[in-house]
Amino acid sequence: MSNYLGNYSLYIALIASVYLIFKSYLDANSENQYLDKNFILITSIQTIMITVSFFSLVAAFVISDFSNETVFNNSHTLKPLFYKVSGTWGNHEGSLLLWLLVLSIFLFIFLLNSRSQDTKYKLLTILFQQIIISGFLVFILLTSNPFKMLYPIPSEGLGLNPILQDPALAIHPPILYLGYVGTSIIFSASLASMISGNIGDKWARHIKKWVLVSWVFLTIGILLGSIWAYYELGWGGFWFWDPVENVSLMPWFCLTALLHTVIVLQKRNSFKEWTIILSITTFSLSMSGTFLVRSGILNSIHTFANDPSRGLYILSFLFILILMSILIFFFNQNKISNTAKENFILSKETAILVNNWFMMFFLSVVLVGTIYPIFLEVLNGSKISVGPPFYHNLLIPFLIPFLIFMSFGPSLKWIKDKLKKFNYNILIIFLVSLLISYVILTKTENSFLLSIPLIVLSIYLLLVTIKDFFVSKSSISQKISHFGFSLLITSILLNGLFSNEFNSNMKVGDERIFNDKVVKLKEVNVTDVDNYKSLKASFEVTNKNSSFALYPEVRIYQQPLTITSEADIKTTLFSDNFLVFNILKDDGYYNVRYQYKPLMIWIWISTIFIGFGGLLSVIRKNEQKY
Amino acid sequence: MYGKKVKFRALFIFLILISLVLTIFLVVKSLEENVVYFKSPTDIKNLNEIKNAQKIRVGGMVKKNSIKINDKEIFFVITDFKNELLVNFNGSVPNLFEEGKGVVAEGFLKDKSFLNADKILAKHDENYMPPEVSEAMKNN
Repeated sequence: MSNYLGNYSLYIALIASVYLIFKSYLDANSENQYLDKNFILITSIQTIMITVSFFSLVAAFVISDFSNETVFNNSHTLKPLFYKVSGTWGNHEGSLLLWLLVLSIFLFIFLLNSRSQDTKYKLLTILFQQIIISGFLVFILLTSNPFKMLYPIPSEGLGLNPILQDPALAIHPPILYLGYVGTSIIFSASLASMISGNIGDKWARHIKKWVLVSWVFLTIGILLGSIWAYYELGWGGFWFWDPVENVSLMPWFCLTALLHTVIVLQKRNSFKEWTIILSITTFSLSMSGTFLVRSGILNSIHTFANDPSRGLYILSFLFILILMSILIFFFNQNKISNTAKENFILSKETAILVNNWFMMFFLSVVLVGTIYPIFLEVLNGSKISVGPPFYHNLLIPFLIPFLIFMSFGPSLKWIKDKLKKFNYNILIIFLVSLLISYVILTKTENSFLLSIPLIVLSIYLLLVTIKDFFVSKSSISQKISHFGFSLLITSILLNGLFSNEFNSNMKVGDERIFNDKVVKLKEVNVTDVDNYKSLKASFEVTNKNSSFALYPEVRIYQQPLTITSEADIKTTLFSDNFLVFNILKDDGYYNVRYQYKPLMIWIWISTIFIGFGGLLSVIRKNEQKY
Repeated sequence: MYGKKVKFRALFIFLILISLVLTIFLVVKSLEENVVYFKSPTDIKNLNEIKNAQKIRVGGMVKKNSIKINDKEIFFVITDFKNELLVNFNGSVPNLFEEGKGVVAEGFLKDKSFLNADKILAKHDENYMPPEVSEAMKNN
């Protein structure tokens, strides 16, 4: 039942999409003053149809309707309800349906929110957004229909990969998609404003909300993925420069650049072309992210589907969209009125330009590292991978100038600023950060040359952003986000510098001495839980004057047969103690990894600060003043 | 001679070019140093010279009855059924590291029959394996 309902509502949505494409194209060429009421009506019908389709898939998952192939492949009656629901988007077909749902809901919200905008601009935005929607609809219906029927109906499903059964990962895809898909509105709107020639401060004010919303969701989405990797994968890190992680980071760099540029457009009415280029690039990166992840081209720890026809479709669709936007850009470039006013080197505009340069550099590094292996394999068939040192060597040295610019850039004035007279506050803050860094750095022998300036500068930036809360005139949301960012950089650096670990093979009763701690494996208990068998180890970590217990676990799932390690982590405000173990052969040895990770929790907290700043900017009305 | 605006623009373009060239140079240089090639035990046998400083990945199957464990290290043999390579490893192994299953070891070659590994990748779940593992298995 739900299969038919879900399937046919997608066809109705496709018909609506085709109608809207033609109608908006025709109306955009006529000189209509008002937006036809049908647009809102048809768009809402389309949104409702896609919502119905999505929820019939959710329903099929909840009631374990195994006549549906997607449900059969990815669910199981024994699975907890929460993971049945999240299983809807834990697979290729369902996640695309979610993409589509967000696409149409965002267009609907856009229409409700842009009443005061020019009619032609709105029509063109509908046109471009519907082209994207119809592309995804056809893609889903042709290559990845989530409502394929199975006959005879199997009595039990194949189950969801247990490694994906995690609360952070359950909500990670929807949040990330909200960010990705939000960029589609920015893309459509910037192409539309290009053609209708209304790029300017008014448009910037209107599109800024969308940029902020996408950026907040993308930030939180990346955070959730990172939290999942830390807690569930058991590798004891939060970022591995895995291609699948990289493709979510690339649009983030681009969107961060756009976020700053749009403010220049709003205040100073310049950087018009650059704003459009960034909008197009951001969306292309989001789309290619989906393509790379979904096509199985990427050599990743978490590869999803592996179906060439899917990859080819998204690739051609992406190619058409990019070609279309480049053509539109070149043929409408003359419509951009050149209102650029005189710029001075020392001004906020320049500071934001510098920010953009850094973002583009970071983006290029990650882009090259991610796609170079694919190119090389196509060119001469050799298989390579690009490891973390590549990224570290290129990104870390550039953090030094980046941190310097970030410490004074935001406090510069628009248009023209003067080199102020010697500022004692800044000097005091710098000396304080030197002192703090000295205290910190004497505690480690594990330092490399760059760590000294990096630690000094990150602490300096942290203190400056705290100082800004009291003296700077900029908006509170910007202060929170910048503070969050400097806290993030500081935590990451200190975490990297002070983390240490040991690996060992231990039998029950064994002890290992590690730095000033003694780690003892006391026992391993085997029990049967719900849908898996659990081996729970009990470790005791003894310090000079304290001791605590850690209980990591190995789970053996039957449906499908999978073994996962659940790390046990003792988190305090200062550090995480991370312990994970794994079974080797049946000769009594367990493979144990113990890690000491300082300030781990601050990496999560600071990212929440970054996102919260953006959120505040969206909801605060008087934010427009700044 | 030239107006202020023209000078400003020239400086701007110059800066862009400089940063572009610098970026390309750094990226290419770093790529050369940090790329990890994927080889099978047979590829390694056929190598002319061994670069000790170059990190590589070796893929194949974990040979039956080859895993030896002591307190510190794990020893095992990677085979592609034509040639074999002994691997020693001190680190945490992935969940599905087993004899008779696909594996990728990353590390430095000591000689043509011995790899000092610092990272091990294995099948992630029943249906999925790293592309390199499936590639190595297909070639057999």
